[in-house]
Amino acid sequence: MSNMLSQEVATRSPAGPRQVSDVVIRIAGNSQDGIQAIGGFLARLAGRSEQEVMTFMTIPSTISGGPSIFQVRMSSGEVLSAGDEADLLVAFYQHSYESHIHSLKQGGIVLCDTDHVVFKPEWEPKYHHIGIPISSLTVEAIGGTGREKGKNLFVLGLLAKMYDLNLEKLEGLIRERFAGRDAAIVENAIAAFEAGHQYSLEKVIETYRFLDSASRQKRQVVMNGNEAVAYGLIAAGVRFGTAYPITPWSDIMELLRRELPKYGGTYVQCEDEIASICMALGSSYSGRVAVTGTSGPGLSLKMEALGWGVMAEMPLVVIDVQRGGPSTGLPTQVEQSDLNLAVFGSHGDAPRIVLAPCSVKDAFDTAIEAVNLAREYSCPVILLTDQSIATRIEAFEEPDLEKLCQDISPDLSPVASHKPYDLAAPDGITRHVPPGVWIQDGKYPVATGLEHDEYGHPSGVPKLHADMSAKRRRKLQALARRLPSPVVYGPEKGKVLLVGWGSSRGPIQEAVDLARTQGEFWSALHIRYINPLAEGLEEIFDRFERILVVELNDQGLYRYGQLAGLLRARFGRPNIQGVNKTDGLTFKVREIVEMVRRQLIPSSSSH
Amino acid sequence: MSTVVNEPSSAIPASSVAGPVQIQRRPLNKKELASEHPTWCPGCGDFSVLAIYLKLVEKRQLDQERLVSVSGIGCSSRFPYFVQAHGAHFIHGRSIPFACGISLSRPDLHVFVFGGDGDIFSIGGNHITHAARKNIKLTVVIMDNFVYGLTKKQTSPTSPIGYKSKTDTLGAIDQPINPVKQVIAAGATFVARTSHTNPNHLLQMMEAAMDHDGFSVIECLSECVEFYPGAFDAANPRKGGAFNLVPPDHDVTDELAAYRLASAPFPGHFGIFYQVKRPTKNALEAQLNARAREKYAGLQDWQILQQSFNRMK
Repeated sequence: MSNMLSQEVATRSPAGPRQVSDVVIRIAGNSQDGIQAIGGFLARLAGRSEQEVMTFMTIPSTISGGPSIFQVRMSSGEVLSAGDEADLLVAFYQHSYESHIHSLKQGGIVLCDTDHVVFKPEWEPKYHHIGIPISSLTVEAIGGTGREKGKNLFVLGLLAKMYDLNLEKLEGLIRERFAGRDAAIVENAIAAFEAGHQYSLEKVIETYRFLDSASRQKRQVVMNGNEAVAYGLIAAGVRFGTAYPITPWSDIMELLRRELPKYGGTYVQCEDEIASICMALGSSYSGRVAVTGTSGPGLSLKMEALGWGVMAEMPLVVIDVQRGGPSTGLPTQVEQSDLNLAVFGSHGDAPRIVLAPCSVKDAFDTAIEAVNLAREYSCPVILLTDQSIATRIEAFEEPDLEKLCQDISPDLSPVASHKPYDLAAPDGITRHVPPGVWIQDGKYPVATGLEHDEYGHPSGVPKLHADMSAKRRRKLQALARRLPSPVVYGPEKGKVLLVGWGSSRGPIQEAVDLARTQGEFWSALHIRYINPLAEGLEEIFDRFERILVVELNDQGLYRYGQLAGLLRARFGRPNIQGVNKTDGLTFKVREIVEMVRRQLIPSSSSH
Repeated sequence: MSTVVNEPSSAIPASSVAGPVQIQRRPLNKKELASEHPTWCPGCGDFSVLAIYLKLVEKRQLDQERLVSVSGIGCSSRFPYFVQAHGAHFIHGRSIPFACGISLSRPDLHVFVFGGDGDIFSIGGNHITHAARKNIKLTVVIMDNFVYGLTKKQTSPTSPIGYKSKTDTLGAIDQPINPVKQVIAAGATFVARTSHTNPNHLLQMMEAAMDHDGFSVIECLSECVEFYPGAFDAANPRKGGAFNLVPPDHDVTDELAAYRLASAPFPGHFGIFYQVKRPTKNALEAQLNARAREKYAGLQDWQILQQSFNRMK
């Protein structure tokens, strides 16, 4: 079959590598095939080659088996999203081929493992089909170990050939990845890789070469969003953390468990989600700024203790890697539906800070910012990331770690006196003084969840509850005044403003760009500070006729999602409306454009 | 039984904690350590637990600022407000994980948890199990009154069968928890039982618990005079009962003997049922850190992080 195909393709293949600036490759197989590893190698290679890179992956929630994909987009220019359509699809199985063929652009290439895939004649004219017996060639290359291990590296070799990738760097990456393992494993990996690279693609397929990208001053680092959060916390000086395993949060706790001891820190796996936040609060009380993290269901469980953190005014960072909900929901898929819980969860009036990063780099920065806001405002901070940022690999300019890293060890110097909840403190901002500090006037504070007087002792005086509620609220109002003003992407005023938050910033901005090429002038606004909202939004909203909030959550009973609800409550504008979806996948650029257009049809604007 | 490791008792090196200025100060007496007047009902057993705690601090000349009293919710959990030292009044049932966070972060503090039978064994039941198996260095004093007092007389996990409460008007029907057996099974390395009516014994137990390097638990019978008066008369010689000490020939390292002793019907025995040496989590984490840090001797934190970043290029 592959012979027949090569003949057919040969007539369509021009000779010599073709210059490209942007390539989207989707690799589809099963979760145990190591396709994430291929994507990881490509992403890191791109980072080392000064290309921009972004990846996208889906994983099944089963332990082993089940379809899985990894999509990597590499570009000589700026990359904002993982790409709507693939240029190349690598399909390991029939189901991979059939489920993902439509993710290819018209005329795109589908490269199949003919040991498992039979082509469908009706698709052959539409897409450029290439068949290679990947499984048997891999087994042959590494001496028939069976179980088809190594075919991911065979494919990596093929891709290296197709895209004229730097072999030396790739081989280096493979050796690094298997460093410390049995020498035979490394050699098998290299053998599979080389077999793929040496497989004759001549006359089978055209080859490509990336245009040179603008040279960067500094080197890039390549990591996924979960790693960025974890390393950001370490840079910020966090030395104590706690958690309970839950997908997709667990990577962060695994990394912190491994890394923190190097810094003299401790990470504790607790018996449950509640114990995790309680132990973190205990550590914060003792003078550390502790971190705990979770995903959806775990955040629900942490809410009572979070309220104690608000009441006792304790610095604490809580990471929530959002996944689809409610309940167990979609454990391995993305949704932005924990916003209401993050902002409003817990009983009573419990103001807290909520931040949402938009990219891997931003996840690193936001983690540091979260720690500093928690300390400065003596208040819990929730960092809302999501499954798509968590698993997405990006390259970004290496931060100056010497400058960034901070020491936030507790200060135990004696104080003359201490009022933990001093109502006269400017903007209501007081500092927590941990145990170990000698308070010379002999009046010691109690950190408490009961409404209390200025020393933390319980009080039922009605005015005190009003004053203390105001104190806890005024801190966040002061923060709102200090936040940077939001910046509009695109024209400063116009008919349509797309508002988004978190991981959809890239696709939303690309949607604005795409619409512009089609003569529609929209603008976009990214909201990084969810609670409190920065000042200056009102002035921006004044300049647009329609404000469409693009979110990965349900349109709700009244046709707007969770951020839109918050903005409506804040600004009382009926022209704030929702553009929502809940299919567990990130927004595609074209999808946003189409959904926004539908929303702009007059009949649907009456809500 | 494994041996205790002579390692610093916390993962976080003391050097990373800026030390307080060392000034010679006169240790405080009981009176100076008392804060506001307790809100407990007159005659409540909790008064004597508080008095003995303050006496312990006075006797052992503990630094006021290094003492941390932690509690959850319940009558007994009001405790930290009545001690003039650092304290935290946490949420219901969660005082133990909170205290574990303190203990694992700060080797220089004395961490005591005070809670009732409902707080520790009902809503917080999961936490005592795990803190015990991890052998985290702190002392838990369970002020057991066999009833929910703060919420006014509901059945508690230690209420005996037949006890008439507002939630069991015909008498409790559920098997109560045996606190001593429960915490031994969980892995606590020090388990003792005492009563508020015997202050000297209570002080002995508190002192032994404080000196134990590990997770130490004291069940202290503490009568609720409002909702379960006379509950512990059988353990009080002044009321015609018997305060039976743990027999002098009891081997505290013998787990099965401890169970047998704890299975005796009320009023049972008083004293140390079980005590073994097992490395604390504090010490094990410190060892783990020492090993992890060997490779990075002399490097600043940013340089260690830089090494990780270099591998991600």
